[in-house]
Amino acid sequence: MSNSLIIGQYVPSDSFIHRLDPRTKITMIFLFVIFVFFANSAASYAWLTAFAVGIALATKIKIPFILRGLTPVWFLIIFTFILHLIVTKDGDILFQIFSFPVYSGGVIQGIAISFRFFLLILVTSLLTLTTTPIEITDAIESLLDPLKKIRFPVHELALMMSISLRFIPTLMQETEKISKAQASRGVDFKTGPVKDRIQAIVPLLVPLFVSAFKRAEDLAMAMEARGYQGGEGRTKLRELKIEKRDIFSFIIFGLVIIVLFLLRV
Amino acid sequence: MKKECIEFRNVSFRYSEEGPWVLKNVSFRIPADEGVAIIGHNGSGKSTIAKLINGLLFADEGEVVVLGTPVTEETIWEVRKKVGMVFQNPDNQFVGTTVRDDVAFGLENRGVDRSQMITAIDNSLRAVGMIDYMLHEPHRLSGGQKQRVAIASVLAISPQIIILDEATAMLDPKGRKEIMHTVNEVKDQQGLSLLTITHDLNEITQADRVIVMSKGEVWLEATPREVFAREKELQEIGLDIPFVAKLANELGKVDVPISQQPLNHEELLEELWTYHSNK
Repeated sequence: MSNSLIIGQYVPSDSFIHRLDPRTKITMIFLFVIFVFFANSAASYAWLTAFAVGIALATKIKIPFILRGLTPVWFLIIFTFILHLIVTKDGDILFQIFSFPVYSGGVIQGIAISFRFFLLILVTSLLTLTTTPIEITDAIESLLDPLKKIRFPVHELALMMSISLRFIPTLMQETEKISKAQASRGVDFKTGPVKDRIQAIVPLLVPLFVSAFKRAEDLAMAMEARGYQGGEGRTKLRELKIEKRDIFSFIIFGLVIIVLFLLRV
Repeated sequence: MKKECIEFRNVSFRYSEEGPWVLKNVSFRIPADEGVAIIGHNGSGKSTIAKLINGLLFADEGEVVVLGTPVTEETIWEVRKKVGMVFQNPDNQFVGTTVRDDVAFGLENRGVDRSQMITAIDNSLRAVGMIDYMLHEPHRLSGGQKQRVAIASVLAISPQIIILDEATAMLDPKGRKEIMHTVNEVKDQQGLSLLTITHDLNEITQADRVIVMSKGEVWLEATPREVFAREKELQEIGLDIPFVAKLANELGKVDVPISQQPLNHEELLEELWTYHSNK
């Protein structure tokens, strides 16, 4: 029934990027997001774009597929562009649209900001395309490990995330079942005014919540019966390992950043 | 003398202080490597017994002793190392995102070394015949397969006692058969004590001994054959005996001599042809 069900948008492959340690990927993306804001010249933007496109190609995922994944944010990017076009009042007046003067500074600003935005989203979506959600969870647990010193519940957070991931398909199947059951009792989810359709969701959500609570209770009991007593003294089956390729990637990334700073105006 | 495995000494329990007693002065002993079934109607207190055994609940009165250790707040982790439990709902006891991760969960909790973990996972999945599904996610498995994974998870921590708490109640007949077969095979191979809790009398045929619960009390302790012979009384407490046993009882009424209460088809057939050729 839901064999094709994929959580997130992970595309399996064995590319270099796929095989990188998820911590490497997260750290690099985090840094990339920061360094994007340092770009301030056409050359530096071009350089970062080249780097991002290079990574995209290295994932072996088809470029149109990646771009299609960005569809929901195109609107936001264009909106950002137009906003800057109108609001910024630097440089010469280029032309007027409906008596709105458009300045040259606005055009430059608009292009720069929306490009920055595009790069951010492209790179972060490359993370979710090449890393399974559970890998991301493991990486977060490992990266946040130092926070345990200040009593931040790192293990609990990671466990919570992995259990949520585990139960997404289960709850989706359940939603489907309940919606069919309610439809057979005459609840109409698909037609009628929006107000009615929103109201029709209530008989769907209530049983879903009830059963989710029941599941949570059962699961807690099953976990306890299997000896769960918190993160203390626990070993892990899934192991993260920094390999040569991770160090190699960091060196490349460092070089990219150095060049970025050289290209800054 | 046989080693005691589980012992209930005058155990009483209720869920809230003012509430009704769920268990009333229950006492029984289960010796090691015996397969025991606890049956009873809904609300007879049978599931509460399972939860008392591994310390998910504690007795209000009396004492529960598991493998020589009384179950208390201090000893529950000790006890849970030795007692593995399989619950009713296949979905709600699947913790990991894949079969392998789920079996690993119990081992991770006990701080088992990673290399040992891998061998243990391999062995236990092989024992239940789920080794080919190692990397499957739970939503790609049938209910029966999920329960087999649950059994594997229990086996991985090499317990001495396995409790099946209505483990087959939510499965179809095929899944039910699969599970009972797997469990009995594993039990014989690894010399485990098995406690089956069920309301389905078809499942008690494999047991050495049956404890029938009714309204929070031990109503009868007997062999499956003895239990099946008491059709009328069982019906009064809301339990229905299997068709074969019913048929044998009816035949007995019309003077077909049945020398021993049959547990399954083969045994009934045996009785019938012996009778036929003696006639």
